[in-house]
Amino acid sequence: MLGNALLLALRELRRNVMRSFLTMLGIIIGVAAVIILVTLGGGATKQVTEQISSLGSNLMMVSPGKRMGPGHASGAAPFKLADAEAIARDVPSLKAVAPTASSPMTAIFANENWSSTVTGTTEQYFTVSNRRIKEGRAFTQAEVRTGVANCVIGETVRTKLFGSQSPIGNKIRLNKVSCEVIGLLEAKGQSTMGTDQDDIILVPLRTFQRRIAGNEDVGLIQVSVKDGVSTDRVKLEIGRLMRIRRHLSANEDDNFNVMDLKEIIMMLSGTTRVLTGLLGAVAAVSLLVGGIGIMNIMLVSVTERTREIGTRLAIGALEREVLLQFLVEAVVLSSFGGVIGILLALGSSVALAGVLQVPFVFNAPIVLVGFLFSSAIGVVFGYFPARKAARLDPIEALRHE
Amino acid sequence: MINATDSNGAADVPLIELCGVTKVYGTGAATMEALRGIDLRIYPGEFVAVMGPSGSGKSTCMNILGCLDTPTAGAYHFQGVEVGQLTRNQRALLRRHYLGFVFQGYNLLNRTSALENVELPLIYRGEVARTRHPRARQAMIAVGLGGWERHTPGELSGGQQQRVAIARAIVTQPIVLLADEPTGNLDSARSVEIMDLLTAFNRDQGITIVMVTHEPGMAAYAKRAVHFRDGLIDNDHSHKDNV
Repeated sequence: MLGNALLLALRELRRNVMRSFLTMLGIIIGVAAVIILVTLGGGATKQVTEQISSLGSNLMMVSPGKRMGPGHASGAAPFKLADAEAIARDVPSLKAVAPTASSPMTAIFANENWSSTVTGTTEQYFTVSNRRIKEGRAFTQAEVRTGVANCVIGETVRTKLFGSQSPIGNKIRLNKVSCEVIGLLEAKGQSTMGTDQDDIILVPLRTFQRRIAGNEDVGLIQVSVKDGVSTDRVKLEIGRLMRIRRHLSANEDDNFNVMDLKEIIMMLSGTTRVLTGLLGAVAAVSLLVGGIGIMNIMLVSVTERTREIGTRLAIGALEREVLLQFLVEAVVLSSFGGVIGILLALGSSVALAGVLQVPFVFNAPIVLVGFLFSSAIGVVFGYFPARKAARLDPIEALRHE
Repeated sequence: MINATDSNGAADVPLIELCGVTKVYGTGAATMEALRGIDLRIYPGEFVAVMGPSGSGKSTCMNILGCLDTPTAGAYHFQGVEVGQLTRNQRALLRRHYLGFVFQGYNLLNRTSALENVELPLIYRGEVARTRHPRARQAMIAVGLGGWERHTPGELSGGQQQRVAIARAIVTQPIVLLADEPTGNLDSARSVEIMDLLTAFNRDQGITIVMVTHEPGMAAYAKRAVHFRDGLIDNDHSHKDNV
């Protein structure tokens, strides 16, 4: 019986190819939109995760400020160098601890100037942030302790100030301080957040504090945990230590924040996921509109084919056979539209992923959901017109002009 | 009109029997009595013309005979089965297996080939393509349209369309063929062709035919004519209703 209904439905759709296609268009667009958005969103999430992982999977960040939920913090007293030293001394299983303090600043060399960010840190920074020297050398522990006026610059800064020349040995001016460039960082490209990781000038922390910022503050302490050590445990220990150092009583909340990479990944991929979900929901609305389009056309079709339905009933079609035929017509329309939409979406996702430089991640569940959802739309929006057709009185229907 | 010639060896048991059938439409003051107590017996192999002016009740009677409608009162026995007691689905099955319909306006599916139109009742009977196609082709040949299988109704003349419709009606080898003004839309030459075809099916395959017509010329092809007037049978020129 289902086979018969399918045969009759397909013959019916073939009679009106153009109309069938236009009816499907709503579903095609809806399914394609949902799948494209979810696929690209998934690609973006994957990219974010990968980029953060490339920072070093053992990275932790200790920042001042009360925790207000992921990514938010309120102001609190900054750290001092002693805090970083205490962490390095008292918390076991750490590979490196790098206190950092940053400030935006214009760097000048000869006639060129470039607005960049100057970060004061220690020699451990290179270990923590996983950055290598391409040319020259990094500053040493001794230079950090004495506060020598030298710096390591990123590729972007070099290009802007020195063109294609080697910067090593030249002196650039930061504020009123003249710094000798002793090293060039290996390029790392754009970060997840869209900032240029090569637009960076590193100076010894003491140099930064004394000669540039004029205070003893440390904005952020970056910590790298030894491989195979639980970050959760380290996080707890850092927290306990900082509570003591910041003189917090038992009933006070933390006024600092220890974030490990897992959380940062969660936070960022959470953001992209929410965005993807939102866009997907908007696209799903177009699927609904497509479904209403199918119902509309099926209702028109039932009215238009009233005499034909009368004829079918007269020659012995059962009520449920007519119902099934119209239902199958609607489901074939919607699920075929779904299939076309899926193919269209996969094609454009691959193309768009290339253009947007996001990895293409084939998302099988969403393709399956897209197909099932489009079929379901056919059932839901096809049922009412089909029932209307099946309940026609054959005598009335035959008399219909 | 036509003399009694007990030709087809019809049995004494009526195929169709209406006993005191009435049909009332509407309720309260707006009621309309379309049939006011009809008695009619039709025997296997008969060719009956149903005549009468508009509103005489002949269409209502045809709808009841075709199991599309049920009587308000009285009984309709088809092959001994009380049709009034059947459900909508049971009546549909009865139509599917025993009845064939020919309409004034042909009622073919447009933009669908003649063959697919003829196949339609076989599809509802659940016949597979292997037996369905040859049977439909055979029916096309029987109505003289061999070679026109691929044509759609739009590409056929009125007479040809009605012949496709007849092929669709007889492809299931029904016991009774109900024709509602089958020549109403055709000129006289085409009408004669259609009547010859119906007569041949009645004669050669023994299909009982009940045909509504306005034209006495067409009614003359039938062996019996039943006249309706004001919801009653007015005149029955027949040769075997006095069993």
